Amino acid sequence: MAVAHDLDARPTPQTVPSHRTGRRGSWFTAFAYLALILGGVVMITPFIWMISTSLKPAADIFKPDFFPAHPTLDNYTQVLTRTLFPRWYLNSLIVATLSTVSVAFFDTLGGYVFAKFDFPLKNVIFVLILSTLMVPTEMLVIPWYTMATQWGWADTYWGLAFPGLITATGLFLMRQFMQGVPNELLDAARIDGLSEFGLFWRIAVPLVKPAIAALCIFNFLGNWNAFIWPLIVTSKREMLTLPVGLSFFSSEAGSDWHLIMTGATLSTVPLLIVFFLFQRQIIRGIALTGLKS
Amino acid sequence: MTTATKAATTTTRRGLSLRQRRILWAYAFLFVPLLFFLVIRIYPTLSAFNISLHTWNPLSDQRPFVGLANYQKLWQEMLTPTSVTRKAFENTLKYVLIGVPLQLALGLGFALLLNSIYRLVSVFRMIYFIPFVTSAVAVAWVWRWLYQPDFGAINLLLSAFHLPTQRFLFDPSQSLLSIVAVVVWQGLGFTIIIFLAGLQQIPDVYYDAARVDGAGRWPLFRHITLPLLNSTIVYLAVLQTIAFLRMFTEVLNMTRQGDGGPLNTTTTVVLRIYREGFGSLNMGYASALSVALFIIILAITVIQLRFLQRRFDY
Repeated sequence: MAVAHDLDARPTPQTVPSHRTGRRGSWFTAFAYLALILGGVVMITPFIWMISTSLKPAADIFKPDFFPAHPTLDNYTQVLTRTLFPRWYLNSLIVATLSTVSVAFFDTLGGYVFAKFDFPLKNVIFVLILSTLMVPTEMLVIPWYTMATQWGWADTYWGLAFPGLITATGLFLMRQFMQGVPNELLDAARIDGLSEFGLFWRIAVPLVKPAIAALCIFNFLGNWNAFIWPLIVTSKREMLTLPVGLSFFSSEAGSDWHLIMTGATLSTVPLLIVFFLFQRQIIRGIALTGLKS
Repeated sequence: MTTATKAATTTTRRGLSLRQRRILWAYAFLFVPLLFFLVIRIYPTLSAFNISLHTWNPLSDQRPFVGLANYQKLWQEMLTPTSVTRKAFENTLKYVLIGVPLQLALGLGFALLLNSIYRLVSVFRMIYFIPFVTSAVAVAWVWRWLYQPDFGAINLLLSAFHLPTQRFLFDPSQSLLSIVAVVVWQGLGFTIIIFLAGLQQIPDVYYDAARVDGAGRWPLFRHITLPLLNSTIVYLAVLQTIAFLRMFTEVLNMTRQGDGGPLNTTTTVVLRIYREGFGSLNMGYASALSVALFIIILAITVIQLRFLQRRFDY
């Protein structure tokens, strides 16, 4: 199991690998810091400008000042009270939560079965699921739309969520982690009389909790930011998700950039808070999935 | 599964061996996922092929079978240099050819820089990662504001340095590049993290050994780092190529009325699928386009894996 591979484990000064120290001139280190700082400025300035614009009254938005001369929260009250932003928040939250709970359970269960069970047609089913990874979502949106309208799923939470309730990538990821669960442990618990579902739920799941957490975070982020399918399956204003709502709102706002930036800030900030809270897990999880693939 | 075979001989009171019971459990556990993949993934895939063989307007009950007519139309449009569909495929190719190398080069460059310093590593990593977790729609609109020809922040900056201002998204010769820049900017943090993980997997002994032999920084990179990063590079190249082939959200949100302008210089295949399918309600033709995209993605994935996945032996 590569689970223990910790990207945050920086070498202590005594054990610094030699290729990172020594003869290399300090000019290189200085250059590295300079380039990284410059790059970092490019990375965050757009967000600062976004927030700065959102705090300016309409008359000031074309002024080049970084810090608003007359900061105001009026734009926020306006956007939150005169548009459906609060509703779009709720919609995104519901859809992302629904899909994440489902993905966490079924991807983990599926991964467990493929890692720990032998059964007829196992390889056929495995390849079948694997093959779905080759098909881009864009090819499926028209059939999904046809299904959704036929079965009355358009403009419903179920309609928004159904394509993402189980993911092949997540299932294969969980399979990799489940392979690391020792068979001896499962056998011992089986002898103690645990049912097959009990083995999964009480023994295997607790051992792969960090992987499930990473899976949940990515899935939530991916769903929260999803665009093309929510754009297609919703037409009622009150059923839009946050990105789609922001897109419509912004196209209609014309040159009211202070309002557009307020909307952008409102849809970005919750995500940034989640990211700051979980940034270690998110970054480590991304790296892990990269190594696993 | 040694235990399974061992236990297979001990029959339970319900008359099933442990092995048989476990097979039943496996199917029970897989029932919902399997149903999901069949109904939500595999059936719609076949359905997309089927729709592409029809004239398919969702508002009409008449959906006549037209054979390969939609593909013939696609082929005709591809032969017409002025057609929007032809432009869409050309642009998509440009997005890939510019975006992927840029993304990989910058990602590797910054990952190497990050790997060579000690202090503030996690701070930098976090900062570079921020754009990746934010929604592409919000990012698109923020950059649209930054790119504004008259009062956009970038032009304000340029004029502060007495440099000529640019029209960015409004200039047909800059529009595509302006969008690529945003996509690369947003994805850079991800690429860096994956490269960093790859770099940290390379054992230090290789570097030590080479350094004993008197190798400098460039030979170390050229003969150790790069070959050992091969699988990471392949993984990222495939991932990024597919991502750029599927360009949609940024173009829809950064061009006026989401039309892929100016003069169709930024429109993409997926934008065409969306416009044909959900704008003109021409779902048969849109499905033919999506099948073409699918085939391209499949072909490129296979080719890239073949060409890049060379084995390096020492």
